[in-house]
Amino acid sequence: MNTMISLPKLKIPPQLEGELDIARIRADFPILQQRVHGRPLVYLDNAATTQKPRQVIEAVARYYNEDNANVHRGVHTLSMRATESYENARRTVQRFIGAEHPEEIIFTRGATEAINLVAQAYARPRLRSGDEILISAMEHHSNIVPWQMVCEQTGARLRVIPINDAGELLMDEYASLITPRTRLVAVVHLSNALGTINPLKRIIELAHARNVPVLVDAAQSAAHLPIEVNELDCDFLAFSGHKLYGPTGIGVLYGRKEILAEMPPYQGGGDMILSVRFERTIYNELPYKFEAGTPNIAGAVGLAAAIDYIERIGRENIAAYENRLLDEAIRKLSDIRELKFIGTAAERAAVLSFILEDIHPHDIGTILDGEGIAIRTGHHCAQPVMERLSVPATARASLAFYNTTEEIDVLVQGIRRVLKVLG
Amino acid sequence: MSAINDLYQELIRDHSRRPRNHRPLPEADHSAEGHNPLCGDHVTIHLKLADGIVREATFEGTGCAISTASASLMTEAIKGQTLEQAKALFRKFHNLVTGEARETSDSPNLGKLEVFSGVCQYPMRVKCATLAWHTMEVALENEAQPVTTE
Ligand SMILES: Cc1ncc(COP(=O)(O)O)c(C=O)c1O
Repeated sequence: MNTMISLPKLKIPPQLEGELDIARIRADFPILQQRVHGRPLVYLDNAATTQKPRQVIEAVARYYNEDNANVHRGVHTLSMRATESYENARRTVQRFIGAEHPEEIIFTRGATEAINLVAQAYARPRLRSGDEILISAMEHHSNIVPWQMVCEQTGARLRVIPINDAGELLMDEYASLITPRTRLVAVVHLSNALGTINPLKRIIELAHARNVPVLVDAAQSAAHLPIEVNELDCDFLAFSGHKLYGPTGIGVLYGRKEILAEMPPYQGGGDMILSVRFERTIYNELPYKFEAGTPNIAGAVGLAAAIDYIERIGRENIAAYENRLLDEAIRKLSDIRELKFIGTAAERAAVLSFILEDIHPHDIGTILDGEGIAIRTGHHCAQPVMERLSVPATARASLAFYNTTEEIDVLVQGIRRVLKVLG
Repeated sequence: MSAINDLYQELIRDHSRRPRNHRPLPEADHSAEGHNPLCGDHVTIHLKLADGIVREATFEGTGCAISTASASLMTEAIKGQTLEQAKALFRKFHNLVTGEARETSDSPNLGKLEVFSGVCQYPMRVKCATLAWHTMEVALENEAQPVTTE
């Protein structure tokens, strides 16, 4: 499987060149050491949330044990340390996604809040009745509902880029859906329901040719695909720390500086102001204008530790290994006659969505759980795409670099057992 | 593993593969729709009552093995029962699948429905087992809005 964007070569520690040392990596994840229903845990629900390495857990604990204070407020030592940790985390994220300025990185609760921020602080003041927001048919609810809400508030219309049966965007249709009324394109990079990798570069080029800005939902891709916001030339990009081996409750909105500077604040409160008088309040500079209230400092510290961890292993190494694992999983699962993949895009990563004859995915999930295997079943918060592909629900196995070929074999055996029990 | 076999007992598998009373009921005087947003299961219960007795009970919709088998076995179980008996049966069934029956010493006396005893080990699946029953209870109380009026 190809990744869409090539990343400048990262430094690879010599002992890891070529092959990842999976045993060593797994030893970093305490949660993976357990048994479930007497079987070794096989965690294949990484698209829902990833597990956290010891390095992340320890960074959060160290922050609370040693540095905890409020940020940007005190002159005392702890407050300065906390502020420094928080701002260093911002710079780590900036480097990770190739942003030009640290103030283009806004910490949020997650991808969902980042998208809502853009919907309310960017789109809402600009939208007029009859304007259009363009999303795709494979979006997660968090990249649908915020746009529906802002459409309701402004009289704008939501338009949808259709997909084919394989789960790929129809790019010709996309091109013709960008009209003089289009105010924003918001698309997912890597689909959580289908595993499709969308051709972001082309999507952004086409939109920019008509002066339409683009928001990228990178919630899934941040952990699996290289992201370089400058090279992509996207205007906004959103992701969550918890899907990137970091803590829950922390996420990122990247926004192009010129655009963020023009936007009004999202929430009001402390930290987002320079001065407050009852007659007039002056808003703070970027990025603080968008970070009202005490932020999730420990979360930011944990996210930075997760990024450091990933970069130490090497994003290219991780992508290469995960692609091999995905190919192998596709090959082995394809041998199961009763299994049908939902989502067969030519460009895929990390996600395997499938159905087994007419066995309900919930029954699949329960029986696999009995074998120690964690997968997700249901509509994956993407009901419209399920409807488009005429399935009420799917079973979804999603990979991370700590998964192994042996675990794929356990999954295959588990699926055979499902067929034995209910087929 | 044996827990899995406890859950998917033969009778449940049979009723999920070949659900009984799985059809519309044009002469129904009470109907209700139930929905389990967690799994997208959807069930419609149709009842035909006369003299306070359930004369006919059918269901439509699709769901997982547990919810389909539960709807199927429920329609069989409540046929011929008075409204009070049907509701009492639901309370006993509910206690069985939530595990509350275990804490009291009295035997559940639920006949065929006892195949659902394995559900109590799967808290996430209790809703699947009770969806049809909750919907039936709503249908009974739906007297104000019968789906078909004759
Ligand atoms: C593609 C995609 N977008 C957005 C989200 C929302 O992420 P969060 O719930 O962390 O805000 C998810 C989470 O499943 C996702 O898969």
